[in-house]
Amino acid sequence: MKSLPRYAILALLALGLWAFHHSRQNRPQRVVEATAKGILLIGNGSELETLDPHQAQGSPEHMVLQSLFEGLVAPKPENPDDNGPGAATHWETSDFITWTFHLQPKGCWSDGKPVTAHDFVYSYERILSPATASKYQEMLYPLKNAKEFGEGTITDFSKVGAVALDDLTLRLTLTGPTPYLPSMLKHYTWFPVPRHVIERFGKMTDRETRWTRPGNLVSNGPFVLKEWRFTHYLKVARNAHYWDAANVKLNEIHFFPITSDGTEERAFRDGQLHVTLTMPLPQIPNYRHNKPEVFREDPLLSVYFYRINTTKPPLNDKRVRKALALAIDRESLIRNVLRAGQKPAVALTPPGSGLGYEGPDVLHFNPKEARRLLAEAGFPEGKGFPKFDILINTSEGHRTIAEAIQEMWKKQLNIPVGILNQDWSVYLESQHKLEYTVARAGWVGDYLDPNTFLSIWRTGDGNNETGWGNARYDELMTKSTTEPDPKTRMTMLRDAETILMDEVPILPVYWYVHNYLIRPEVKNWKPSLLEHRCYKALELR
Amino acid sequence: MLSFIISRVFQGLAVILVVIVITFALMKIAPGGPFQSDRAMPEYVKANLEAQYGLDKPWHVQLARHIKNFATFDLPLSYRYKGRGVGEIIAESFPVSLAIGLPALLIALGLGVPMGALAALKPNTFEDRAATILSTLGVCLPSMVLGPVLALLVALKLHWFNVAGWYDADDWVLPSLTLGIIYSAYIARLTRGGLRETLVQDFIRTARAKGASEASVVFRHALKLACLPVLNFLGPAAAGLLTGSFVIETVFQIPGLGQHFISAAMHQDYTLAMGTAAFYSALIVGFNILVDVIQAMLNPRIGFSS
Repeated sequence: MKSLPRYAILALLALGLWAFHHSRQNRPQRVVEATAKGILLIGNGSELETLDPHQAQGSPEHMVLQSLFEGLVAPKPENPDDNGPGAATHWETSDFITWTFHLQPKGCWSDGKPVTAHDFVYSYERILSPATASKYQEMLYPLKNAKEFGEGTITDFSKVGAVALDDLTLRLTLTGPTPYLPSMLKHYTWFPVPRHVIERFGKMTDRETRWTRPGNLVSNGPFVLKEWRFTHYLKVARNAHYWDAANVKLNEIHFFPITSDGTEERAFRDGQLHVTLTMPLPQIPNYRHNKPEVFREDPLLSVYFYRINTTKPPLNDKRVRKALALAIDRESLIRNVLRAGQKPAVALTPPGSGLGYEGPDVLHFNPKEARRLLAEAGFPEGKGFPKFDILINTSEGHRTIAEAIQEMWKKQLNIPVGILNQDWSVYLESQHKLEYTVARAGWVGDYLDPNTFLSIWRTGDGNNETGWGNARYDELMTKSTTEPDPKTRMTMLRDAETILMDEVPILPVYWYVHNYLIRPEVKNWKPSLLEHRCYKALELR
Repeated sequence: MLSFIISRVFQGLAVILVVIVITFALMKIAPGGPFQSDRAMPEYVKANLEAQYGLDKPWHVQLARHIKNFATFDLPLSYRYKGRGVGEIIAESFPVSLAIGLPALLIALGLGVPMGALAALKPNTFEDRAATILSTLGVCLPSMVLGPVLALLVALKLHWFNVAGWYDADDWVLPSLTLGIIYSAYIARLTRGGLRETLVQDFIRTARAKGASEASVVFRHALKLACLPVLNFLGPAAAGLLTGSFVIETVFQIPGLGQHFISAAMHQDYTLAMGTAAFYSALIVGFNILVDVIQAMLNPRIGFSS
């Protein structure tokens, strides 16, 4: 009888725990509540550095800016990589050099002021002004005299090829025929910024004013900035002044800066997100087989490759570089190591890089040929080959790939390779100063044209960083910028890429795919090579 | 006591100054800079950027400007997050870290001290071994393992809490529990050691000889002294807990301060890195002074001589 109170207490505790468990288990999921309110919840990687389209550079900014601002051309709902009407209803060009854009007559900023052609001219002047020091200003260099203005050799902006003929007509004059201009215009560097707001908070070129803060920011896209809690969430809400507001289906989008893919995947499983930005690699096979309804695998316009320092013997010998390229078994690497549906990079430019472009198909695993080339270069059976390191930035994924390639080179060519990891900025600096032998790298296309991948390998280009240069390559690339016939232009680019893949100053490894998770109630979410999103078409049902 | 505190405050200010200088020097020595990215920008753009932020000036001019800014509480803007002040970032994220760190500290003490005391009072019994094994496990288990395990079990399996995020009033529970469990392990070991040492000392024997009850011996006499090593540990531990943890904030998606210590250094955001380092060292200095005062009050053998 003495233990009765004890049992009573225990029973009470158990009852309490059961009640707690029961009440907690039946909490509504965040996504269910959000779906009912027309709010899309998406993961967005790291916190944005800025909302100023002229200072942005990263992918998280890209995702948010597309919802707030709209360029002359906008992603089409059925295929975001296609060019639909944006701030411009239509445009014409006869020679791909002079382009005339006709703006939406109903086009408005989110404060109700009209968006005019002058706003675009102002924006181009702002991003190109040396005092703005925009990292991404090179995107506008197809404009006539834009580079000269950016460098400061021309100070009169009226000489740059952007003129407002009237409030609703904008004429752009380019340095040469650029058939892919509409695709470029979907990039945030070309977005208009509101002069009347920027100048309320400072000068045109001020970098640090508060014009991009919630309450201040005025934009012309389908959504407006509602709330931004640093490293917590960023909320955008439907823009009543948007020209196509009737076709915007969501009420709000909430972006969450979730840096860890593991955390993001758990948040998705917990019903906190409709769409994730990415997912942990080891989870991919499981989702692919067991939950295909939430798993997506979209090809991307980006390539994973190894840079080679071509100033360093013996890698200054083309035969050695080629041997390295041919000794990588890309298919096996993807099948056994990466396992995320990537595509083996048989050349540099990914498929779909440009309308009518067919890149070379050369980099296939061929150990015999690789050994022959290496022997020809003076290293039969790899004898006497000096040891070198593969430079990676610290990351488990890069290390795994480097180890696999290290093994392949050891096995096929019998050459000794090490792996050296450095932290991000040190790693960048090492490449910049050519203080490496082989380094991993990646490149993401900005627009649908092979030029976005090929132009950086011209001699001395800031992104080349291999020490490689080839006069014929440079000539082809330069000629392609003045070639009026699109077909001939594509042939020139193909010839250029063939040279690049013959000299292999870089070893393409694979073309990325975007693996992510999405709930079935999100409708009209379309794959995009450039990760363009047509937010206004999205629907929750 | 007042002169002791004043002298310690001045020492502390010197420490903070040294921390700022070392942080700055380390970041200057590291290759690269705050405006580096994997996409090369034209050299003239880089030069313009560096000129705008005064990075083209000699290093001692830059350092002097930073020190002046911090000394006059005119906190600079972050280099990475455009237009966002370092003070603003700390002011926004510190309360969140506090809301997780404070319960974590209480959990750590609430679990650690009783566990350590139990182990010390019943040496070499089952209880002692169990407590020792548990605390060893806690010390060895990193938060990046314990955090996801708790998230999977308590949130995803049982649905008791959100698996991550900072939305609901109870979102502090899992992160605080993770941190608390790990810190409780250290505290348990320190308590056990301290109490075991104290219990064999002469004054305890005297107390027992005078007929004091076992409870009075332990709680009135022994525990007070046994707490000293725990107290010593608590100064820096509290500063660490209250300023947030990078791992916990990443695992549980918490908008706290801890992430900025790491990411500011990694992205060479000079101003934010110096700001967070100065803030952290100020907290450590503050807590250490507090610990010194409490210690002197608990143990007559430690005085206020500085």
